[in-house]
Amino acid sequence: MTQLELKSVSKSFGAYKVFEELDLQAQAGEIVVIFGGSGTGKTILLRLIAGVQEPTSGTIEIEGQDVADIAPEHRNVGMAFQNFALFPHMSALENIAAPLVAQKAGAATVRAGVDKVAKLLKIDHVLDHAPRELSNGQKQRTALARALVAEPRILLLDDPLRNVDAKLRFEMRIELPRLLRQTGATVLYVTQDYKEAMALGDRIAVLASGKFAQIATPEDIYLRPASLSVASLFGDPSINTSETTVEMTGKTISVRLGGVQVAIDSAYKSYIGRAVTFGVRPESVELAGPKSNGLAATVMAVTPLNERTALLLKSEGGWEFLASLPSSSSNIPKPGTNVKATFQSGGAHLFDKTTGERLHG
Amino acid sequence: MDHTSSLEKIIRGILIVIVLTFFLFPILWILLMSFQTNETILRIPPSVVFSPTFENYQALITGKLQTAAGNLDIAFMHNLWNSILLSTCSVALSLVLGVPAAYAFARFKFKLGEDIAFTLLSFRFAPPLLVLLPLSLYFKTLGLTNTYVGLIWVYQLICLPLILWIVRGYFEDISPDIEYAYRIAGNNWWKTFTKIAVPLAMPGIAAAGLLAFIFAWNNFVFALILASADKQPVTVGALAFVTASGIQYGQIAAAIVLSITPTLALALYAQRYLVEGLSMGAVKG
Repeated sequence: MTQLELKSVSKSFGAYKVFEELDLQAQAGEIVVIFGGSGTGKTILLRLIAGVQEPTSGTIEIEGQDVADIAPEHRNVGMAFQNFALFPHMSALENIAAPLVAQKAGAATVRAGVDKVAKLLKIDHVLDHAPRELSNGQKQRTALARALVAEPRILLLDDPLRNVDAKLRFEMRIELPRLLRQTGATVLYVTQDYKEAMALGDRIAVLASGKFAQIATPEDIYLRPASLSVASLFGDPSINTSETTVEMTGKTISVRLGGVQVAIDSAYKSYIGRAVTFGVRPESVELAGPKSNGLAATVMAVTPLNERTALLLKSEGGWEFLASLPSSSSNIPKPGTNVKATFQSGGAHLFDKTTGERLHG
Repeated sequence: MDHTSSLEKIIRGILIVIVLTFFLFPILWILLMSFQTNETILRIPPSVVFSPTFENYQALITGKLQTAAGNLDIAFMHNLWNSILLSTCSVALSLVLGVPAAYAFARFKFKLGEDIAFTLLSFRFAPPLLVLLPLSLYFKTLGLTNTYVGLIWVYQLICLPLILWIVRGYFEDISPDIEYAYRIAGNNWWKTFTKIAVPLAMPGIAAAGLLAFIFAWNNFVFALILASADKQPVTVGALAFVTASGIQYGQIAAAIVLSITPTLALALYAQRYLVEGLSMGAVKG
């Protein structure tokens, strides 16, 4: 069942257009991650849905009902703010209880509701503290508890892990999906961390330059990005690119990378002569000894990054690119080694040079 | 500054004493004067040694002023009551009008909003004497001369702009997200205003209210022109101490002590609301 639907929603401030014609459907119980860089309007989108700001045009439907004339207090949504937005003159308990108190629930019901969610979020021991006495992690969880306590149909989470330390962020990234599933609410989760987006989302809506560049499952976004900009937002280190042209040499389809012909999938046959951007993810680069086939390259630098190791390579023709190998691999070449690089067919993409759209092979 | 040497402590102590003496000495001297007769006040050289008398306070409270020229009736206590009534009602009215207005100016962009706010501020620029002549004519026509209502109305010129502009700044400092969060939690805008915005702006409201009270209390010229004896506050009533037989220093001092007291009491009471940093830790900036 469609719980939340955006129909060509636009928002502008004067002449400045934040975003235009956004369409999105979210099913009951689904977690949709709104992913985008800062200033793309992710927070504003959540505020429109919550009803504290109004869209310039377009409609927002909750359970099939247009909510344009419904005040925020009657929309039955919960929202956790990036800056927590706790009520400073109330204790953590009163903060969390606010949505239940507003519903005029009895004292016992309020207390039971608060205790339940506080236990779940492990803040039951700080309930009588004022917000200023809480650590950032506790503040964040208090804000989350306040959003969850009344069991809203729609939960809007605005980058809730942004302001907490790395350790807690890592823990919450694992805990949150289970927690959010338990609520059964439709969740819109805003983040600008691609790992968080991939870990939490059933689907990811990538917001870039005022549009949804792609709305798809994390797997699709990563393996089949709609455009070069989407591809470069996901992955660390990010995708290697080189502007080139699709050519045919003999019977092979190839692109020129730094002056050297590299064969690509014959499925790209129809794009011969087209100016493209070749992109390959660092983890799709495979390295072999200098006597194997492939693009001749020299290892320039080796940087271990926890479980993976990044290598900077320079090809014969002078194209610099990155490869990422599992750190556990026994044959990571040393700087200065000559190698041959090949690209896994699933990890190499062609994008239109002007529009940036991915070309289907 | 954890490692303050004892020399620094001593120097700091001396400096504090000098500053306090400089600022508080006049008040202390007035307090001492209020317990003396005109003769002991005017003796040369002056001395802090005297036998205290309550004559001055007695005269003020009973309203019977004894001078060399005979007995004189004064309405000091009534003037004091007028001051309390006028200042309290003016500030109360200004708060009722000014706080919601300040909130509107802080939160909403509307047509001519800035112009209206500035016009209200401009009331403070106008020299009172310039306003008074036309105002006294209007007041005569409207029958507002020598009424509490009329004076309280005019006092809005003093109180309203002050409260409006100070409180507006405090409202602007509250993160709108806190109010949004309360709305989304299921409360309407009025409840959000009374339960979130006003409590969080309370230090500002208290400071503005206190300042407005002091300005209203100290006003002289509006009441001098627009009211006659029975509606006049202490500032105007104090003129009565300049009598035909001389200036009654002792009574003036006692009157000053009495008229400072309500403002001082209010300041001490308001202090608890003047605590800054109430909103600390609510939002991550």
